[in-house]
Amino acid sequence: MSTIIDKTPPLLPQPTALQSFGLWLRQPGFLTSMPILILFLAGFVGPLVIVLGFSFLPERTFGFHGEWTVENYVHILTESYYISFLWSFGLATATVACCLLISYPVSYGLAKVFGRWAAPIMLLLVIPLFVSENVRLFGWYILLLKGGGIFAGITKELFGFNTGTMLYSNGTTLLGMVYVYLPYTLFPTTLGLSLVPRDQVDAAGDLGANRFQIFREVELPVAMPGILIGSLLTFVLAVGAISEAKVLGGANTVVISHSIQHEFTYAQNWPLGSSISMFAILITGVLVVYVMHRLDLDRLLGRR
Amino acid sequence: MEDRKKRWVHALIGVWTAVVLLFFFLPIAAVIISSFSKSRYFRFPMKEWSFKWYDETINANLTENLHLTSLYVAGCVALIALVLGFFGALAFARYDWKGRILYQRLIMLPVFFPQAVLGLALLLWFTYIGVLPTWEAAVFAHLVWIAPIVTLVISIQVYGFDVSQEEAAYDLGANRWQVFWEVTLPALAPGLFSGGLFAFLLSWGNFPLSTYTTGADSTVTEWLYTKMSSGYTPMIPTMGAFSVYGSVIILFAAYIFLVAHRRRAAKRL
Repeated sequence: MSTIIDKTPPLLPQPTALQSFGLWLRQPGFLTSMPILILFLAGFVGPLVIVLGFSFLPERTFGFHGEWTVENYVHILTESYYISFLWSFGLATATVACCLLISYPVSYGLAKVFGRWAAPIMLLLVIPLFVSENVRLFGWYILLLKGGGIFAGITKELFGFNTGTMLYSNGTTLLGMVYVYLPYTLFPTTLGLSLVPRDQVDAAGDLGANRFQIFREVELPVAMPGILIGSLLTFVLAVGAISEAKVLGGANTVVISHSIQHEFTYAQNWPLGSSISMFAILITGVLVVYVMHRLDLDRLLGRR
Repeated sequence: MEDRKKRWVHALIGVWTAVVLLFFFLPIAAVIISSFSKSRYFRFPMKEWSFKWYDETINANLTENLHLTSLYVAGCVALIALVLGFFGALAFARYDWKGRILYQRLIMLPVFFPQAVLGLALLLWFTYIGVLPTWEAAVFAHLVWIAPIVTLVISIQVYGFDVSQEEAAYDLGANRWQVFWEVTLPALAPGLFSGGLFAFLLSWGNFPLSTYTTGADSTVTEWLYTKMSSGYTPMIPTMGAFSVYGSVIILFAAYIFLVAHRRRAAKRL
């Protein structure tokens, strides 16, 4: 508010606080942001407030009747819930690392090498994103099925030996997660790398920088926002993953979204489920706000 | 010497991309192969290939219901997300206004949020305010996540839009509506097109939000998950194959449409 008043020449009558608030409300930008802001309030802030409220209710209650407690949080901290948190965040971190390693060369190719082939290749890479992840995970299930899976069938036909099952292990869960979330790392990284100006790379090369120095000193800093967004998106989605562990990992990995789902469905303990959710929300939220704070979305999306 | 080394690196990148593409399509191919299996339990190599389960799936009542529900949800989400995203993108990228930076970060929050948790939070919220979980509720749930993504997609187009075109039209005597219909909208059309496509397909394939919010109405992905977690049913691969065919057809149609559109636009100039 104060900056508006500062800008007004001193001789003119000063707008009152109410008037300048009215002016602020009438900005075209604010008006056009209204529809989606209302959706944001009704579909995101509202639900979060309710979850926060429920997390302070006594065990197995289904409405707000005036009793508040922190029991749920104490319960989570004292019981072994940290194991599923460790699983979720560990798997998510591993997923991000694998996705970055796999997608960086491809992104580099898309942004710098493939030229006019980049668009069709991009289209091919987009298709799997639009096939439901459950269908694709089922594909892995069929590939890896014990005895009768496609991999097992091929090794048996060609080499004549039986392979055991590859399903139901943590490695397979990781495979499924890397597979499902790879596009979310790939596309932002490509966006970031396409911002790297060619002349800067050439100039660095002419000045005697080797490939690794160019990577570290030129490419990485410019492409960083894209890489950060991709990693963040992948990490958050991976933390919330449900199907991968269930379809490919079997019962021996309990990730955080299973614990939450369990409390809400079988156990019918909404308050406990809510407080586990709050932990997940807090940890990812801090990360998201921290990264978002450091990003310039205008520049990343190509504002002139 | 330098050039030869570069060519090697580029060839390696090409090969790696091919490997990644293979990795992407392997499970999809597996689903399609298994959909032609005749036996009740999948074994590979398959003894007999047949369309038996295609017949059964097409003739099952539930197939039509599942696909209709998915279609309704995805269609409504795409339409509403387009409108929201269009205005949202103007606020995101077109206008300079106080609070824009905060707004940009706020509306991105639902995208960077674990979806399963968002789905459950919405279920609690619906229960609290007395909304029954139906496919309409799922449309709302999808919008919370998809509308910001569409906003982003359209924003990229808006950033590239030259505002002086609008001003020129005003100078030539066009009114607000004429400028909107004949300058702004055509210029943003490609962004709106891909935004709508994104919205439709993301909603079509969504599982974590649907599972908590559709209630008794089941979408294709929900049915697949329920059947998968209880073991193998021969209708899973066929149902999965259908949804693959659907997505691929829509994407290719969209791609051809875009290429043709660009050719036509290039001819006009």
